[in-house]
Amino acid sequence: MQWTRKDLLSLYDLSGDEITYILDTAEEFKKVSERRVKKVPALRGKTVVNFFVEPSTRTRVSFELAEQRLSADIVNMQAQASSLLKGETLLDTVKNIEALQVDLVVMRHSAPGAQAFIAQHLSCGVVNAGDGAHSHPTQALLDIFTIREKKGRVAGLNVTIVGDIIHSRVARSNIWGLLKLGANVTVAGPATMVPKEFESIGVRVCHNLKDALKDADVVNMLRIQRERQTAGFFPSTGEYSKFFGLNHDTMKYLKPDALVMHPGPINRDVELTGDIADGPNSVILEQVTNGLAIRMAVLYLVGCVKK
Amino acid sequence: MKEYILKNARVIDPGRNIDSVGDIGVDAEGRFAEPAALKNAEVIDLAGKVIAPGFIDVHVHLRHPGNTLAETIATGTAAAAAGGFTSIVAMPNTKPAADTVGSIELLHRLAAKDAVVRVLPCGCMTIGLAGEEMAPIGSLKSAGVVALSDDGKCIQDHALMRRIVEYAKAFDLPIMDHCEEYKLAEGGVMHEGKWSVLLGMNGIPAAAEEIIIARNIIFARQIDWKIHMQHVSTAGSVKLLRAARAEGVKVTGEATPHHLTLTDECIKKFDTNYKMNPPLRSEEDRLALIEGVADDTIIVIATDHAPHTRTAKEVEFDYAPCGIIGLETAFSVCYTELVKKQVINLPRLIQKMTTGPADVLGIAGYDMASGKAADFVVIDPEAEYVIDKNTFKSKSRNTPFDGRKVSGKVIMTAVGGKIVFRV
Repeated sequence: MQWTRKDLLSLYDLSGDEITYILDTAEEFKKVSERRVKKVPALRGKTVVNFFVEPSTRTRVSFELAEQRLSADIVNMQAQASSLLKGETLLDTVKNIEALQVDLVVMRHSAPGAQAFIAQHLSCGVVNAGDGAHSHPTQALLDIFTIREKKGRVAGLNVTIVGDIIHSRVARSNIWGLLKLGANVTVAGPATMVPKEFESIGVRVCHNLKDALKDADVVNMLRIQRERQTAGFFPSTGEYSKFFGLNHDTMKYLKPDALVMHPGPINRDVELTGDIADGPNSVILEQVTNGLAIRMAVLYLVGCVKK
Repeated sequence: MKEYILKNARVIDPGRNIDSVGDIGVDAEGRFAEPAALKNAEVIDLAGKVIAPGFIDVHVHLRHPGNTLAETIATGTAAAAAGGFTSIVAMPNTKPAADTVGSIELLHRLAAKDAVVRVLPCGCMTIGLAGEEMAPIGSLKSAGVVALSDDGKCIQDHALMRRIVEYAKAFDLPIMDHCEEYKLAEGGVMHEGKWSVLLGMNGIPAAAEEIIIARNIIFARQIDWKIHMQHVSTAGSVKLLRAARAEGVKVTGEATPHHLTLTDECIKKFDTNYKMNPPLRSEEDRLALIEGVADDTIIVIATDHAPHTRTAKEVEFDYAPCGIIGLETAFSVCYTELVKKQVINLPRLIQKMTTGPADVLGIAGYDMASGKAADFVVIDPEAEYVIDKNTFKSKSRNTPFDGRKVSGKVIMTAVGGKIVFRV
């Protein structure tokens, strides 16, 4: 198939075939990072602006490395150091960036739909590195890539995502991607953070960890934020860990060959214990490696798309 | 002024229970008159058209003074005229707010100079709409306000709300309340439901509106006074209103054309022309609202016309101000969605835009009987057209209805016999 999109905004927009195409492309790029000279000229001469309106360390470094390995020219911008502080609108800021003849903007923003909004007004490509709780397509793609690599397939697998689902862009993107590739998806966590409305798109909703983990081939543990505790979503991280954390006892609910995943950064002994994070079921660090390959694939596809 | 006779129109006059083809005269003083009494009249043939009393919109933001980049009294009233409205109630959340006699007198002066339709002032319930101290309600009444509202805001202190309702009753001022419980609504940018969950946006639960509707019903019952619920949007609110009205409590409700036509699913485009407060709700809520219109639980259609500049609205969805314009699209959207789809017939739609709002404001006898001021609207029920925001008289363009194919068009509007809009 031929890649035709100038932007990558959300997995909701993509077909199963397009997602598979990205995964296949990433497989090729994964090999680049295993060579002695970790560089290909795929984006040579192209300019990429990393515009992180919402701050990030890991995703930004991952995108930056991906861009460098593709030989692109890079500019990094952060909100605190931009004219947004002077009251310039987001649209004016990105139009000014576009006027510098850049080819791609990789953006993270705390407002859902911000990238979709600017993409309509820009002729250069936009890659969504996260927009509020709405979407984080490259994270879901790397999660799904990891699953496919380890399990040989995605269709028919039982994947459970545990945590603060309602506030999670990682959960949402994973849900769309996994459903489009034919996986069975379960979301689990406290009732205040895992609303029944997800059932309307064919996702199973569980407020009990044992039920959620039984028969799971993959479990993806999400980070719990302390702010949710002060906002009244759950009483304490202690109680959260007891009922929804992966520990020596709750691991027994899982099949022995189940994958344990986490988008990072992990709170050891909150979502999962240190032993499990470092244990044989964990693929957490491989997710990070795969993230680089996925981002190279995405940047290559949208960066080289025929206008 | 030249006399004229409007001939052969279908005259729909809900106030006098008239729906028949006939002729209506307008005399030199701009009052309705028997055609036979006019000696020198120009004849305007309106065969196939409908003539009705001019529409009354009890919920309009004119933005003047304070945000005249978005709208002025001149442009806002021109938009009203284009929509068939001959009287509009100006919401008090201007800058400065309409919480002093001075602000009301300014509005009168500006309207006298610039308005092409009747502008009825609405006073604040509380000073600065802050929900803390009662505004000078008696003086505002003397200055000419027709109602009280803190629209945009909602008094959270129930004890204060109770005192205001009691006090306002003695001055014969109806209360119009924007029903929103702040803690439940906090941080929300759209309806809390399936779509806010799928999109990862903070939601405003229906409960935020319903809790205040319930509180208002209790006070209306206890004090026996008139509380009008602005922009009702949820099924639960309709249910509460229906039960209260069945008992005879003096509560009324209004629905906007957008809440009757659009739902929260529209937000998936992240287009800020779908962002307003209260938000677009679920399909179930929309259908319950339509049922409320059909069974007269909701007796008023009002636009909540809320102009915003392109600069203000062309931002990330979370940061965009709430509100859309509505004066110039209200009739056609409602005709298409309610009359063509046989929810209510045309006379009942006209009722909800004329005698219904007149009742809320305590205006008796709002009709086209001879001797009354000739405020009327002429409608072409057969017209079909595509809404084009570039033709709007409003200064603003923040509408979700641009490009929408609709039926029924306002083709003429007159205030005091003077034609203020003609296609």
